[in-house]
Amino acid sequence: MGRIGRIARRSFLIGSVAVAGGVAFGTWRYRTPYANPLHEGLPTGAAALTPYVLIESGNITLITPRADKGQGAYSAQAALIAEELDVTLEQIRVDPGPPSRAYWNTALSEMVADFTAPGDGLINSAAHGTLDAMMKFAGMQITGGSTTVADSFTKLRAAGASARETLKAAAAERHGVPRDRLSTGEGAVVLPDGTRIPYTDLAAQAARIEPVQDVPLRAPSEWRLIGKPMQRIDIIAKSTGTLTYGIDREVPGMAHATVLLNPAQGGARHGFDASEARAMRGVKAVLPVTGGVAVVADNTWRAIQAARRVQAEWGEAAFPPTMEAHWQTLSDAFTEDRIDSRKRDDGNVADRLQNNGIIEAEYRAPYLAHAPLEPISAIVQVNDGGAEVWTGTQIPRFVQGNVADIAGIPFEAVTVHAEYIGGSFGHRLEDEIVRRATEVAVQLPGTPIKLTYSREEDMSHEFTRQIAMARLRGSVRDGQVDTLDLGIAMPSVIASQMGRQDQPVPGPDSEIVAGAWDQPFAVPNQRVTGYRAPELAPISSWRSVGASTNGFFYNAALDELIHAAGADPMEERLRLCDDPLARKVLEAVAEMSAWDGTAPGDGRGRGVALTYSFGVPCAEVIEVTGTGRGISIDKVWVAAEVGLVVDPINFRNLVQGGVIFGLGHAMNCEITYTDGVADQNNFHAYEGMRLRQCPEISVRGLENGDKIRGIGEPPVPPAAPALAAAIFAVTGTRLREMPFSRQVAFA
Amino acid sequence: MRLTVNGTLHEVDVEERMPLLWVLRDELGITGPKYGCGIAQCGACTVHVDGEAMRSCQLPVADVWGDVTTIEGLGTPDAPHPVQAAWIEHQVAQCGYCQSGQIMAAAAFLARTPDPTDTDIDDALSGNLCRCGTYPRIRDAVRDAAERLRGG
Ligand code: FES
Ligand code: FES
Repeated sequence: MGRIGRIARRSFLIGSVAVAGGVAFGTWRYRTPYANPLHEGLPTGAAALTPYVLIESGNITLITPRADKGQGAYSAQAALIAEELDVTLEQIRVDPGPPSRAYWNTALSEMVADFTAPGDGLINSAAHGTLDAMMKFAGMQITGGSTTVADSFTKLRAAGASARETLKAAAAERHGVPRDRLSTGEGAVVLPDGTRIPYTDLAAQAARIEPVQDVPLRAPSEWRLIGKPMQRIDIIAKSTGTLTYGIDREVPGMAHATVLLNPAQGGARHGFDASEARAMRGVKAVLPVTGGVAVVADNTWRAIQAARRVQAEWGEAAFPPTMEAHWQTLSDAFTEDRIDSRKRDDGNVADRLQNNGIIEAEYRAPYLAHAPLEPISAIVQVNDGGAEVWTGTQIPRFVQGNVADIAGIPFEAVTVHAEYIGGSFGHRLEDEIVRRATEVAVQLPGTPIKLTYSREEDMSHEFTRQIAMARLRGSVRDGQVDTLDLGIAMPSVIASQMGRQDQPVPGPDSEIVAGAWDQPFAVPNQRVTGYRAPELAPISSWRSVGASTNGFFYNAALDELIHAAGADPMEERLRLCDDPLARKVLEAVAEMSAWDGTAPGDGRGRGVALTYSFGVPCAEVIEVTGTGRGISIDKVWVAAEVGLVVDPINFRNLVQGGVIFGLGHAMNCEITYTDGVADQNNFHAYEGMRLRQCPEISVRGLENGDKIRGIGEPPVPPAAPALAAAIFAVTGTRLREMPFSRQVAFA
Repeated sequence: MRLTVNGTLHEVDVEERMPLLWVLRDELGITGPKYGCGIAQCGACTVHVDGEAMRSCQLPVADVWGDVTTIEGLGTPDAPHPVQAAWIEHQVAQCGYCQSGQIMAAAAFLARTPDPTDTDIDDALSGNLCRCGTYPRIRDAVRDAAERLRGG
């Protein structure tokens, strides 16, 4: 059990925020407060605080409840607290804390609400149904939607400020000096005579007084950390092999397990014969789990070897056996009765498309695996009516509930330890591995079961990115884009994902049209229609979700029309752009890339794309060269508007990573299914981008808006269409289907 | 079977064909080398055997011909190897999961090629997959590490 969990269980004093030898701070008052998770055992009404700062005699611990999948979330959250608390990042430790409703993600719900057009004509209620279903599930401590920074920005600074002022009040009391004559710095209260009293010495006293609330936050001009380059708190550990990821965690007495799952995704397991596997060295047990068999051994490799020797009878997948049939299902979904939303319908599209000269095109985007480099793993131990879980997860509360259900124990009897995650891209929004580890653990009570998927099992049983298809009908007039009618068909990713958590999802799925209906281009006659296709293979949120397919569709469609109009892709986007923040972003990439509308020559070509997603307009210009060995991607210029760049280094890194992620998958990645079985199960068949293919990437963050936005996802959607446009400029080939390696070679 | 890892001699009782990676991780508790693919496609498991970069997921433990160095033996948080120091300075890591392998590959490469061209760097490290897309900083850090190692 983590330190925080242990402390919470034993030592909170009733009616105060004191812990043994220390004090916990937080300031965010919820309208309907949830119990402070560090106050376990207190009556619910007594908790008005959420804890983000824990000060004990020896330590200052900042609680950073959002998962860190590699995006630097722990550092960003710690910096926000430290900014007001007046500690250096070297003086503190971070702990993700226990999962709790008190940490629910308000920004995620606001974000969805923000992007929901109320009262849109065709289908009422838009995404609100989806939103409510997702958010109302008690306490959505979810890391996703690029919301970490936005959600934390006020809450964490307020927690730091309250803690600081309370510590000053404690020092004032002890030394008989008015609080306003005290200052703070580097983890200490400073008395008027310069004497420094470390916070940790004041903890016991601070615990006895009423916390100081509603402290005004510092003005940006006073910030020491925010907006300045920071060293990530995990960077040394990650550069010396000393960081413990979930897959590295060891618990005393633990056994190593792996699974052999029905190769057909989601299919049932009938009988199995494990006689050969059971006789292999180190194998302790072979046990049934949902859809497969688990082998428990004394070493992961031995478990994997033995799992390959299990014979089983498998049921079929619940989706069509060929990819042709999947595409046909999407193609058949462009019908009136499958319209899920029509959130944009400007001008008079139907009339305009009566004319001659209609431009038509069809676009496709495949299933994709998240495939973070760390294969998924989880440790679960079930005993005496309780369970402990060690895993990297973006949904700790769901994990808690699912483990409780499977083990037949109360929710509160499950402790979840959040582990460092070796990448996610949305993969850790699923928790099937924890459920299967629990199924094994209940069959071997008392033994901690560390379940690790082989890369093959992991990749071939992914809940993939949605497959999607789009159809354009459009026209141009007088050298300008006049009509853009885009229909998009896909199954509902939210319904598929939330269905696995037994959450009903009423109403339309805004992800079907995200990144297309909400773009800042005032084409005079413009319509975006979402068609909800029937469920196919199970799908999940993949970095940037709906926009990951729709950003490509929208920009590619726009480019076809701009080309037909004989206009310049940058000029025409600027002319059509009706959003001041997006316009600045386009102007920035035009300036960075010295875009002047002329072909760069020497076999080089350029493309531009902009996608507004997660509240962030992000534009990219990509330059490629056609070489004898194929297309070489040479340069990328990116600009994004985020309101405030909290850490310029992490910002640049996330943008570069997002561009590379978008490009790598657009180049050569897809998951295809034959008879329900994924045809790609490891990185030889799912390559992505390699170092030698990586372009130079120049990044600029703009801060013109008044809302703080996250940058984890927005750089992904524009990468594919900008690449397609650049390749078109060089080869004259319109790429309408991802991955592009189906049509062109990459150097 | 005997195995020297980071200067310590270990006696292990395992199958001869067990890959070195799993001997390190599950038998010796040395978890710096990572499991990413198990089929020589990602490089996350890279260690040195007698100074040579090897994919430990592909190396049966019985075939280990010399002393093994893992990322933990290359340098430490208090005394990082110059390659690690460059990795820290350039804040290369995102999730960091590939970085043990990247650093071990880079260290072996620079020991052989002290003054690499950009193409040398690309060729040497393209077998190491980074799903987070840290490549631009890997390039910068390798160039910087080369200078540090040359005493620049
Ligand atoms: S784990 Fe050895 S190369 Fe991927
Ligand atoms: S830093 Fe995440 S895989 Fe490289």
